[in-house]
Amino acid sequence: MSCTEPLRLSAAPKAGVRGPHERRFNPYDHNGGTVLAVAGTNFAIVAGDTRMSSGFNILSRNQSKLLQLTATTVLATGGFRGDVSTLQKLLKAKLVEYEHKHGEPMKVHAIAQMLANTLYGRRFFPYYTWNILSGMDENGVGCVYSYDPVGNYERVRVNVTGSGEPLIQPLLDNQFERQHQQLASKPPPLSVGQDLAEATAIVKDAFYSAGERDIYTGDTMEVCVITKDGVKLESFELNVD
Amino acid sequence: MLPSSAPLHEALGLGGFNFDNTRRNQVLGAQGVAAPRVKKTGTTIVGVVYKDGVVLGADTRATEGETVCDKNCEKIHYIADNIWCCGAGTSADTEATTQLVSSQIELHRLATGKAPRTITALTMLKRKLFQYQGNISAALVLGGFDCNGPSLYTVYPHGSTDSLPYVTMGSGSLAAMAVFEAEYKDAMSVEEAKALVQAAIMSGINNDLGSGGSVDMLVINKDGNTVLRNVVRPNERKFRKAGGYSFPKGTAKVLTQTFTPLSSLPIDVTTTRSPAAMEVG
Amino acid sequence: MSSIMQYNGAAIIAMAGKDCIAIASDKRYGIRNQTMGCQMKKIFQVGDKTFVGLTGLATDMQTLDQKFRFRSNMYRLREEREMSTEAFANMVTSLLYEHRFGPYFCEPIVAGLGGEDGKSPFLCGMDLLGAQVRTEDFMVGGDCTEALYGLCESMYRPDLGPDELFEVIAQCLLSGVDRDCLAGWGCVVHVLTPEGVTTRDLKGRMD
Repeated sequence: MSCTEPLRLSAAPKAGVRGPHERRFNPYDHNGGTVLAVAGTNFAIVAGDTRMSSGFNILSRNQSKLLQLTATTVLATGGFRGDVSTLQKLLKAKLVEYEHKHGEPMKVHAIAQMLANTLYGRRFFPYYTWNILSGMDENGVGCVYSYDPVGNYERVRVNVTGSGEPLIQPLLDNQFERQHQQLASKPPPLSVGQDLAEATAIVKDAFYSAGERDIYTGDTMEVCVITKDGVKLESFELNVD
Repeated sequence: MLPSSAPLHEALGLGGFNFDNTRRNQVLGAQGVAAPRVKKTGTTIVGVVYKDGVVLGADTRATEGETVCDKNCEKIHYIADNIWCCGAGTSADTEATTQLVSSQIELHRLATGKAPRTITALTMLKRKLFQYQGNISAALVLGGFDCNGPSLYTVYPHGSTDSLPYVTMGSGSLAAMAVFEAEYKDAMSVEEAKALVQAAIMSGINNDLGSGGSVDMLVINKDGNTVLRNVVRPNERKFRKAGGYSFPKGTAKVLTQTFTPLSSLPIDVTTTRSPAAMEVG
Repeated sequence: MSSIMQYNGAAIIAMAGKDCIAIASDKRYGIRNQTMGCQMKKIFQVGDKTFVGLTGLATDMQTLDQKFRFRSNMYRLREEREMSTEAFANMVTSLLYEHRFGPYFCEPIVAGLGGEDGKSPFLCGMDLLGAQVRTEDFMVGGDCTEALYGLCESMYRPDLGPDELFEVIAQCLLSGVDRDCLAGWGCVVHVLTPEGVTTRDLKGRMD
């Protein structure tokens, strides 16, 4: 309110004055679900559930959020399914083009930068996607890159995103980052201290816990284990309610 | 000026709603403060009339926003031995409204010496909800068996009611009604009715994200009621990390530690109830 | 603007063990994002074997604590016995529901020992209108409930002894408040056994 305007005694709008009228187009939906990744000393785990929902409805019980990009990289994406599919197609095309041009598949750190550029390219009409990229780095250490929808990214030990994020992230902080445990040993610099079996068990447990409390996480969970030899996919039944 | 009515109400045991904070909360609302989330039963609740009675059914999930806050709550509320009521909507409202009507029905039963009728409970519920103009957000399925046989009603939050042979309410009502519309028959046996109610609730649990957990059912007929709590539990947790998470003693850093033994008030019930002790007050 | 429930910020967990319960809260007192103090009491003992943890608007927390104390003291004087934890929880529910159309912005968690033997755990959470959730494992409240639910779902195990229960609830609360700006700054844990109450202050992140 401008300071020259006289004091008004009523909050009712002035007669005959209509404010500016705006019509909006909302092209986005949120299709729920959770994805997470963990970088181990010689492996990486990527996991996601397969429920796709809108509001209180389940649209699909079997829609994977994981996509294998190269022999040892997997991209996990949550958010709006329309944008997820488009982004996945675009990335696959870019990877094929790269391989034809350079005679070798793209390395994971290069894919990470390329994905960031792709996302930032849509800075003002973003892909409504939350991405986690995971693979093996040049030293044979698992790596996880975490993204926001407009391409800010960083390499982390563990990451989770999607509707189960608030439920799972603190468990990962506690178990993999070893926070608040003064007796426990600290994790190595770029990966977690646990071995593959232990890390997989924690990842599965986290998903089942999220499935208990988050209505958008459920049906099936897919777990990809990435090692230098390639990617192995396993599925587990979550609750369907 | 009269003193605040709250202590007076308390002293006289009058009860009723208290509006002391209403103005303050309105002012906060006008300042743009968002209303807090309350516990809702997203819910699938159903009822069906069969040959000799009524079967009620409910899921067991209560949600707060998109988080499940109770995985195994009870949504089939007791009104009287022969009248029960499923509740959907704001949890506090369904609970309090059915409890109030239940106690009024019990007093009525004691005053008249006759078994209460379903229509009496229905009238009490709809009057209360209509009086509050929809502000008490309780959507109910009322079922009972009385001298007129089985009856089944729905009560909407504004106080309107329906009397139908098969009804559903809550966010999963469409999923459950789809099952009823496909499978309902007149004059079913109790086993058929139970199977139908179970299928309807399962449809809500599986297809509506606001509903989940287990199936609760209740059969009312001339012989009384049978509570079938958690008849199916299809959504028990399927995996837990072997060995759990163990934290050896000393994992968390403790700054200070104190121990207070329980005072165990030296009250001996038999002696303090004697007249001598009573005179002290 | 955010909800009034997030004006001051709080996080509370209660857990049931074998013949014991634990209830823990953070200690931050804030006004929106500004921290004003880190010694705030959010868990109140009413009677010997009953605790109530309050989250929500601080002014209502303290008003409710006074009302609860008044009512449970009056009960003790009238009845010459302690109010059972279950009776206390029902009293809280009726008090909150009485204010259905002008609620206190407060979500209580009631925890205590009761039953025939006086050592069975009783846990009950409520929304601000007094709708009860009774559980046999754990109950969480405050403005980072998702985080607390996630941790408790994984870490809670039934039939823990008082010392094990303390370590579990401590980890759940310390890790749960880390990613919540409105709660944290130290924690306090009470463990109630039939013998007495052990109160421990924990070191937490002060940021």
